[in-house]
Amino acid sequence: MTHAASPDPIVIENLVNRFGDHAIHEGLSLTVRRGEILGVVGGSGTGKSVLMRSIIGLQVPESGSITVLGRSITDAQDDDDIDIRARWGVLFQGGALFSTLTVGENVEVPLREFYPELGDDLLHEIAAYKVMLSGLPEEAVGKYPAELSGGMKKRAGLARALALDPELLFLDEPTAGLDPIGAAAFDRLTRALQETLGLTVFLITHDLDTLYEICDRVAVLADKRVIAVGTIPELLATDHPWIQEYFNGPRGRAARDSRARRTGAAGGGAGEALAATPRQAADTVDKSAPGGA
Amino acid sequence: MRQPAEFSTRDDGAIALAGPLTVATVGPLDRQLRALDQPVAAVDLSAVTAIDTVGAWIAWRLARDAQAPITGASAEAQRLIEAVSRAEAEVDVHAPRAEMAERVPAAVGDLVVSWWQGTLGVVGFLGQLILALGHILRNPRMLRGKALVRQLELVGVSALGIIGLMSFLVGIVIAQQGAVQLQQFGAEVYTVNLTGRLAMRELGVLMTAIMVAGRSGSAFAAQIGTMKLTEEVDAMRTIGVSPLIVLVVPRVLAAVLMMPLLGFYAAILAIIGGAAISDLALGIPFLTFLLRIQEVVPIRDLWVGLVKAPFFGAIIALAGCYQGIQVKANAEEVGMRTTLAVVQAIFMVIVLDAFFAVFFTKIGWG
Repeated sequence: MTHAASPDPIVIENLVNRFGDHAIHEGLSLTVRRGEILGVVGGSGTGKSVLMRSIIGLQVPESGSITVLGRSITDAQDDDDIDIRARWGVLFQGGALFSTLTVGENVEVPLREFYPELGDDLLHEIAAYKVMLSGLPEEAVGKYPAELSGGMKKRAGLARALALDPELLFLDEPTAGLDPIGAAAFDRLTRALQETLGLTVFLITHDLDTLYEICDRVAVLADKRVIAVGTIPELLATDHPWIQEYFNGPRGRAARDSRARRTGAAGGGAGEALAATPRQAADTVDKSAPGGA
Repeated sequence: MRQPAEFSTRDDGAIALAGPLTVATVGPLDRQLRALDQPVAAVDLSAVTAIDTVGAWIAWRLARDAQAPITGASAEAQRLIEAVSRAEAEVDVHAPRAEMAERVPAAVGDLVVSWWQGTLGVVGFLGQLILALGHILRNPRMLRGKALVRQLELVGVSALGIIGLMSFLVGIVIAQQGAVQLQQFGAEVYTVNLTGRLAMRELGVLMTAIMVAGRSGSAFAAQIGTMKLTEEVDAMRTIGVSPLIVLVVPRVLAAVLMMPLLGFYAAILAIIGGAAISDLALGIPFLTFLLRIQEVVPIRDLWVGLVKAPFFGAIIALAGCYQGIQVKANAEEVGMRTTLAVVQAIFMVIVLDAFFAVFFTKIGWG
């Protein structure tokens, strides 16, 4: 895509969010660099989701400025002023699929909205390959969200988020509620898609494995602002008690050890994952439905 | 405007795509390529300025259908084409849909089966409710007093304003329209009989029932339905709390207790409305109208109205709670069940009202 030499995709300065008397963010500043996967961590209630909602214009902050892909979100008067919606994709926590549409039709919604000139055949083809890219089996395309498991719903939500080939991808706790195998597969998928499609990913997570596996940098939310941004070794070098407890607690150590074991033993690149995922999906389809079509 | 993607056919039979090949620009190109009816020797991408997965898909589809190689692709284009080629799937985006000849009988069959099962379900639900009430009669402490008071307030007290206004206006309409007809016989003084007896026997309770069905019956279905979706009802069961006793009984009791009171209140307001319009338009003084009511409306009319009210309340609450409990899958179902609850409640209320009308005439209370 043609976006050479553009500045950082997300720039947040002095953001203040308040619900009544309760301040969520107070002078929060954060910059997301192009082409990185930025993990956002923080204790429950530190306003990670509120931060994401502010960036995508769902939550109007009290003060501060947010610039996404060169456009100011905070100066937008109404929803129509935010004309960069076609350039980002959002995966909400529960998938937020439209329950009356099939997975494929869900993927077509943003396409129809922004590019009404696309023909129906092309829309169906796009929906089908996006769903496959997200690592779902073929038969999931025509299914309703209620027929899918939690992990499949997240993948379907990811397919919809990727429908417009966005530059920016927002993921809100993509691995929450997934089993470890599903979560690891989703991590690999995220990394592979990021590399293939050249995405910038803003990823909210509680999952330490996700941080170690795929995040280029990690931003830590605490005390109503971003207290530190950097790679995990850089964060470990700081002496903020929350960061120390987070990464050096039993779970943090376990995630680091497993990462170290894996890179030491196999050294497998995440880039192979994309090759593996749809193939595996296709294989299972072949086996499970021999008489199909 | 955006520069569109274009294609041209070269002398050697290769198709050369040019310009930005992205989701925003390929709409017309896709149509042209689909209409293309010529052999394709190769697909050349060297003049493509930008590409995304949609562009890659179109280039790859063209090459696949023609069994032609792709040439001149940039590294980015190759990467994207590689990715989409692996994600190819021949599937229908829409949920499978049967033929018309199959669907219509299936729909009719479903309707019959669901009607029968619905009837069984309602009867079963009524049985469960009676059992729960029996439990509560034996252990009165099981009754959720707070929930009951809350529902009494929601069903009764907060409905006073709207039901009062509605009945007042209905009273005005009956008196005014009745007077116009009765005047033709010089009998406009019978407007009092008309308004008083209609309000007491039929309209007070019936209009109240319709309003309560719309206000509270729908609320019951939506509340319980949403609680089913958020697994609150399952949580109650797991803890050993009966949803029937906690959720359904207070609502049913509230509707049964409040309907007679609201019905009486509505009848009184309708009579006041009739008296007001008679004073203004017919020259019957307000107080005279009220005094005449005492003389021409037998006390039996009051009983006819009030006896029906608790039955109507029970039907409304039952329909609302039953439909709410039936919610299983998704948010859409909550809306559907809520509508169904109101429609069923109003329909059953009117059926029952017709039954009562015949019944009271037969026993000589006409």
